[in-house]
Amino acid sequence: MTTQDTTVGAQPAPIRLRAEGTRWGEVVVKILLALCALVSVATTIGIIIALLEPSIEFFREISVWDFFSGDRWAPLFKPASFGVQPLLVGTFAVTFWACVVALPLGLASAIYLSEYARPRVRRTLKPALEVLAGIPTVVFGFFALTFFTPFLNDLGAGVGTFNVLAAGLVMGVMLIPTVASISEDAMSAVPQELRDGAFGLGATRLQVSTRIVVPAAISGIIASYVLAISRAVGETMIVLIAAGGLAQITFDPREPAQTMTAFIGATGLGDVPTGSIEYKTIFAVGLTLFVITFAMNMISIRLVRKFREVYE
Amino acid sequence: MSVAPAPGPGIGSQPRGAKVRGTLFYVVLLISVSVGFVLLFTLIADVLQKGVAYLDPILFTEPNSTNPDKAGAGPAIRGTIYMMVLLLVMVVPIGVGTAIYLEEYANRERWYNRLLELNIQNLAAVPSIVYGILGLAFLVRGLGLGRVLLAGALILTLLVLPTVIVASREAIRGVPDSIRQGAYALGATQWQVVSRQVLPAAIPGIATGSILALARAIGETAPLLLVGALTYVAVDPTLLGPFTALPVQIYQWIARPQDEFRLLAAAGIIVLLAILLTMNAFAIWLRNRYQRRW
Repeated sequence: MTTQDTTVGAQPAPIRLRAEGTRWGEVVVKILLALCALVSVATTIGIIIALLEPSIEFFREISVWDFFSGDRWAPLFKPASFGVQPLLVGTFAVTFWACVVALPLGLASAIYLSEYARPRVRRTLKPALEVLAGIPTVVFGFFALTFFTPFLNDLGAGVGTFNVLAAGLVMGVMLIPTVASISEDAMSAVPQELRDGAFGLGATRLQVSTRIVVPAAISGIIASYVLAISRAVGETMIVLIAAGGLAQITFDPREPAQTMTAFIGATGLGDVPTGSIEYKTIFAVGLTLFVITFAMNMISIRLVRKFREVYE
Repeated sequence: MSVAPAPGPGIGSQPRGAKVRGTLFYVVLLISVSVGFVLLFTLIADVLQKGVAYLDPILFTEPNSTNPDKAGAGPAIRGTIYMMVLLLVMVVPIGVGTAIYLEEYANRERWYNRLLELNIQNLAAVPSIVYGILGLAFLVRGLGLGRVLLAGALILTLLVLPTVIVASREAIRGVPDSIRQGAYALGATQWQVVSRQVLPAAIPGIATGSILALARAIGETAPLLLVGALTYVAVDPTLLGPFTALPVQIYQWIARPQDEFRLLAAAGIIVLLAILLTMNAFAIWLRNRYQRRW
């Protein structure tokens, strides 16, 4: 007992687990990596500045009220008119027809992949469906204009050379993988116990799919829907090629229409003089587009997080 | 994930209506899945049938022309190839660097790191034409770079950066922690662990993701329209010279009223799809050949 007391004052120094000094190489690497990460932050800031500055100048000349309440869009004519409603209606119409195809077919594809397909079939079908998402949009535009529009007319739809219907429907097929992929992820995250419990109570596969899995995965499904709508609103080439360039308020899908993206594309490719009001309209419309898609992306991201939190 | 047990007829077999409804539902699902594939096959068959007549050496060598029989996509194809190389050089280091930062260095609890993640998720869904506006405002007009190849490549880099980041993060996350801990236990520094253990193990996933992102980038048309790729280019593109790209050339031909140019566009689409298909097949081969299961 007494011998132990004598050792107390002479305890060995604790072993240092940290490095003796700062390793500067490690610090430099970390800074370089953080700089890489900053590129994406700079991109967002750049987008906001690029859109805001000319837009503010634009709204100094054209009041925000005139912009959103006006129903005639003719910025390149004399006298010019800057009512954005025709572009909004055109965007909405194309998006609507895309949704008519993409939302039900995407959900059904997800149910099939998650609940019905054998694992091997799913492993082949899922990447194959992704091929559809990898086709360039200019190709879909070509298809909508030169094949699908004449095809619709063969069916007796009586559509014009440029029309909302063909552009919207082809875009809808393009968006099926977007909806299917995210919805399928959400459905796969539903615990097997829920299905087993329902099967144990005598439910059919149809009942398990529609009354157990779909409600349990609903936040993921809605997230996929919101993302698909956001994509449809932001899609350019299909509408630029197949929907025509006539900015008009019409709900007849056989008519041509101009969307926000198609206007930006059609105006931006010409040599518009910097500082002119035509040049600034690109940014004002771009800002409107960005705000709409940004809001939808945020909703979608939130919903995806929700289903991840619940089951993972 | 385990497979759902088959809902066999079993003890209390279901009423007849349920069976009919179940079969009907199954048929509806099958039809829904096949719609995409039917369109894909129709599209490919249609493009092949229209474009095959114009698939000749002229298409690959000659510049565009007002005479459809003499018009080619030579400068456009070479512009696309140059842009691919530039993209690869820019997007892979930045994307992988960001992924390493987020996965290996960033503290998830910090607000700025969470904001960074949210920012990348949002950027992935920003319409591509908005990137075109960014290019128009900053690169073409702001920096005074003009409508040049470098501006196009930079914009496409920013456009597919989120895709590369997401794919690289997944690959890095797939490397099990035991490997990192083993290396740390032997006295490796953090960068030694990342550069000699984690990165080599994650390379197949990163390569696959990067190739797929590249494939997406070279099919993009809309942002390039805004940075001025829609011009007549007779000479081969240079870094700081005017340029055009294959999808833009295709769009230009589609926009012409004459039918011959539509057929020429179809021929261009065949070339574009062939390039993309090769890249996709290569990516899938890479994944299957080198991917490790831990």
